[in-house]
Amino acid sequence: MTLRAALAQGQFVVTAEASPPKGTNVAGAIAEAEHLRGRVQAFNVTDQQSSVMRLGSLALCYLLKERGLEPIFQVTCRDRNRIALQSDLLSAAALGIENVLCLTGDHVKLGDHPQAKPVFDLDSVSLLRAAAGLVAGQDMAGKKLDGTPDFFLGAVVSPGADPVEPQLLKMEKKAQAGAEFFQTQAIFDPDAFARFMEAARPMGKPVFAGIIMLKSAGMARFMNRNVPGVHVPDRLIEVMETAKDRQEASVGVAVELIRQLRPLCQGIHLMAMGWDHLLPRVLEATGLAAQGVV
Amino acid sequence: MIVAQQKPLEDIRQMARGFRRLLVLGCGTCTTICFAGGEKEVGLLATSLRSVLGQEIEIEEAVVQRQCEWEFLDQVGEAVGRAEAVLSLGCGVGVQGIGERYPGVVVLPGLNTAFMGLTEAPGIWGERCMACGDCLLHRTGGICPVARCAKSLLNGPCGGVQDGHCEISPENPCAWVLIYDRLMQQGRLEQLEEIIPVRDWKASHSGGPRRIVRPDLREMVEEEV
Repeated sequence: MTLRAALAQGQFVVTAEASPPKGTNVAGAIAEAEHLRGRVQAFNVTDQQSSVMRLGSLALCYLLKERGLEPIFQVTCRDRNRIALQSDLLSAAALGIENVLCLTGDHVKLGDHPQAKPVFDLDSVSLLRAAAGLVAGQDMAGKKLDGTPDFFLGAVVSPGADPVEPQLLKMEKKAQAGAEFFQTQAIFDPDAFARFMEAARPMGKPVFAGIIMLKSAGMARFMNRNVPGVHVPDRLIEVMETAKDRQEASVGVAVELIRQLRPLCQGIHLMAMGWDHLLPRVLEATGLAAQGVV
Repeated sequence: MIVAQQKPLEDIRQMARGFRRLLVLGCGTCTTICFAGGEKEVGLLATSLRSVLGQEIEIEEAVVQRQCEWEFLDQVGEAVGRAEAVLSLGCGVGVQGIGERYPGVVVLPGLNTAFMGLTEAPGIWGERCMACGDCLLHRTGGICPVARCAKSLLNGPCGGVQDGHCEISPENPCAWVLIYDRLMQQGRLEQLEEIIPVRDWKASHSGGPRRIVRPDLREMVEEEV
């Protein structure tokens, strides 16, 4: 069953992040995904996340797809103009990729090629519109397509952004433009997330809460200082600080968060931050282990 | 105004080395106002260059009202004629204006032209306009997301907003937070509900160097002739 079908049936879905390597050795990325085979619905393949140059999302999406794993193709507006974006979307469709997550993309200044010229011809809202246009059979110039894609479009939202109101306005625009599901920035505060969902729920689109595996108190503090929209509460920082076994504690934190978030949303999106081997345990402990049909 | 900043003295020294007669030419408009290329800066730079280049060079100083207009450039014809090179303390337009008026002289840029902006406070300048050629300020509360958002986003902030500031330059407020606050203050938040369509970047520099021809004004000029 596809992500689209699972959501249509009202299933609570689990997706996991897959990161293409810096280089051509895809063995590690594929092994990490294989580890989660049958446990997650789909793999969200990042598009040069944090503006760090890597192998392309489309290539890894295809390699996963070939193995019978369901990919979500992340597309950002940072590196391509509307000609290249539409072309890559058509390429993805020709390779059998259905799920597309449309993002603005991080600024090049944050990555490992900060001297690069960023593009941002489109923004995430107009990218969604363009993708929806392709599905409807025409490109942004209004030209008719010979063969049309059938995308299941997603977008992102940052519930912890300060201020959050402009984020909600933009989320609404994304839904209008064609987003069928939303994935969030990492959530650590279920109460704040519940308040966000009060405002987001009327839009009627499934929301997957982002879960980052917390690896240490230092990492939590670093994210609080440097990652916009992410706030790890002191209580969780202390849990990590005093833990005898940090991996144990990390699993515990994720399990607790998922239990609290599950009644509030329609899925979760897991970001392992290198601790992929712990994800099966997290999923088993939360009763979410038998996800996806492979 | 056009905001500019003087190049490092060492860079200027390298450019000016080898010329025997140099005219340091200031500009009395934008670069005077942003303290980069007015009379005072011309004097200071000329003094510095005399000390780093020594006896080998003869330096003359002058300032014109605007380096971007022929009538003002015409006033320094003699001084330019005496020079082997003109070190312009105007913006990039001024440097090219001198070159177009006096093609025989070498023109050197003494400034780096930074942006079109305003003085936020004494000693602080901020960018406000990128000359995109298709102004949308009426839709965004009078605050330009093209110039003031690092990604020129048209439909709201990205996820990189932190305490109302931009994650890539925390000294800059997020343009979309400014727009939201301004429209809220004006009771016009509904302005933000409508999707702003993709831009036609042809009107910007992406469409190639731009030129404006006003037939009405051309006709007047031709009649006079």
